[in-house]
Amino acid sequence: MALRFEVVVVGAGPAGLAAAITLARAGVEVIIFERGEHPGSKNVMGGVLYRHPTETIVPGFYREAPLERPVVEQRLWLLTDEAALTLGYKSMAFAVEPYNAFTVLRARFDRWLAEQAVAAGALLINETVVEDLLWEKDRVVGVRAGRAEGDVRAEVVILAEGANSLLTQKAGLKKDGINTNQLAVAVKEIIALPREKIEDRFNLEEGQGCTIELLGEATKGMMGTAFIYTNKDSLSVGVGVLLSSLIRRRLNPNDLLEHLKSHPMVRRLLAGGESKEYQGHLIPEGGYRAIPKLYGNGVLVAGDAAMLVNGIHREGSNLAMTSGLLAAKTILAAREKGDYSAANLAPYREMLAESFVLQDLQKYQRAPFFFDQNPHFFTLYPQLLSRAAREFLTVDNVPKGEKQKRIWREITAQRSRIQLAGDLYHLWRVMG
Amino acid sequence: MMRLEDKLFLNRYQTDKHPHLRIKDREVCRHCDGRPCTFICPARVYVWNEGEKRIETAYEGCVECGTCRYGCAHDNIDWRYPRGGFGILYKYG
Repeated sequence: MALRFEVVVVGAGPAGLAAAITLARAGVEVIIFERGEHPGSKNVMGGVLYRHPTETIVPGFYREAPLERPVVEQRLWLLTDEAALTLGYKSMAFAVEPYNAFTVLRARFDRWLAEQAVAAGALLINETVVEDLLWEKDRVVGVRAGRAEGDVRAEVVILAEGANSLLTQKAGLKKDGINTNQLAVAVKEIIALPREKIEDRFNLEEGQGCTIELLGEATKGMMGTAFIYTNKDSLSVGVGVLLSSLIRRRLNPNDLLEHLKSHPMVRRLLAGGESKEYQGHLIPEGGYRAIPKLYGNGVLVAGDAAMLVNGIHREGSNLAMTSGLLAAKTILAAREKGDYSAANLAPYREMLAESFVLQDLQKYQRAPFFFDQNPHFFTLYPQLLSRAAREFLTVDNVPKGEKQKRIWREITAQRSRIQLAGDLYHLWRVMG
Repeated sequence: MMRLEDKLFLNRYQTDKHPHLRIKDREVCRHCDGRPCTFICPARVYVWNEGEKRIETAYEGCVECGTCRYGCAHDNIDWRYPRGGFGILYKYG
């Protein structure tokens, strides 16, 4: 006879574990399947974990969880081949409790978060791939795990399987599959450096951290971003670009990463570091319009599998955790009625729509398509801004008024006034 | 510049004897325009063997991102997760 649980969670990442912790604490019998040796051993992100959503799951987590550094500064660098235009914000308000965000390494953090789920009463099964869903007519009634006697029956299944969402697609919740313009490929290297070196090079007090996002030449002008995050005694250095543009440009992700590492603005930050690990991962970047059906009879989708990533603000783990929490709340309400049909799980989407999760994604819903169709925002504009800055900062006895005219002439030679006005208007529409 | 092979050597893998990646129809690859799998893969798992006119699949170095599955315009890669406990084992993540 098949094992029976109230809830099966597929995937021990932030979404699945947020759901499992919430359910287990409420006394629900929950089983989590994780395909890795331990939670986190298959998981990758750039590395920023946000305090607020994490604390709604585990209050005071930052006093005990394996975190790297609290982020006190965020920098944005617009690169050309030999220059950078930079912007940033640093505040000591981010350096004290309760903090805003932390850099993390997922192999360590997810493992810890899973321990919280187990402590709350969830059963965690590692090293097990869920191969299929079990169906009875049009409702999901469990999962088929890749091990002997692997059928597990459940009232409801939460799919938190990540960006490469095989089960979500197979279940028909994402019928048209995923297109290459809805996914970014990201690669990242962990580069070990002594703590003092990190703090000196990045202008940080002991234990504090910063993030740098890099655009323009950092991705060879492709839609995407590169990043450098400070960990305790290593740096996370990576680059992610839209798969469709990678294919169009016939480029390899690792070559892009090496290109970034050799940039004059970057190489001194990494100098002398020792590479420790090389990682690759997909990021769902399709935004609001690519979100699958989020629920069905006996099934809910959360986190990356639900495409809940805000690429504009590089947020993901917070959307994942919030969706996991709301999936759990939906299940707890349905449990009162003893009915897990789609009609009773529909509040999941409503709660997501009332939260920042869908509101943010809806706000930027035009962005993925817009930037894919207008690559000059990642190619031409960084060049023009860089040239303008150089002209303006070069002291050569040319009057400033004449310099401004030169800059304007150079810009309008590339992009007409009408095009510039159109770009500004559309950018405001997409981002404002 | 660090070579990709040396980077993959840093990673920890529990290699399965059974490949988790399989080309469905080798004939499709012969006529494939551009063969994106040979350059989009972060681990360069796929290499075109011109002599044998076939894609070689070095699945042992796969980082399990799924890029090839979505990037293959012909949906010609049978992509499964490695069996539980096998494949890449990140120490940092």
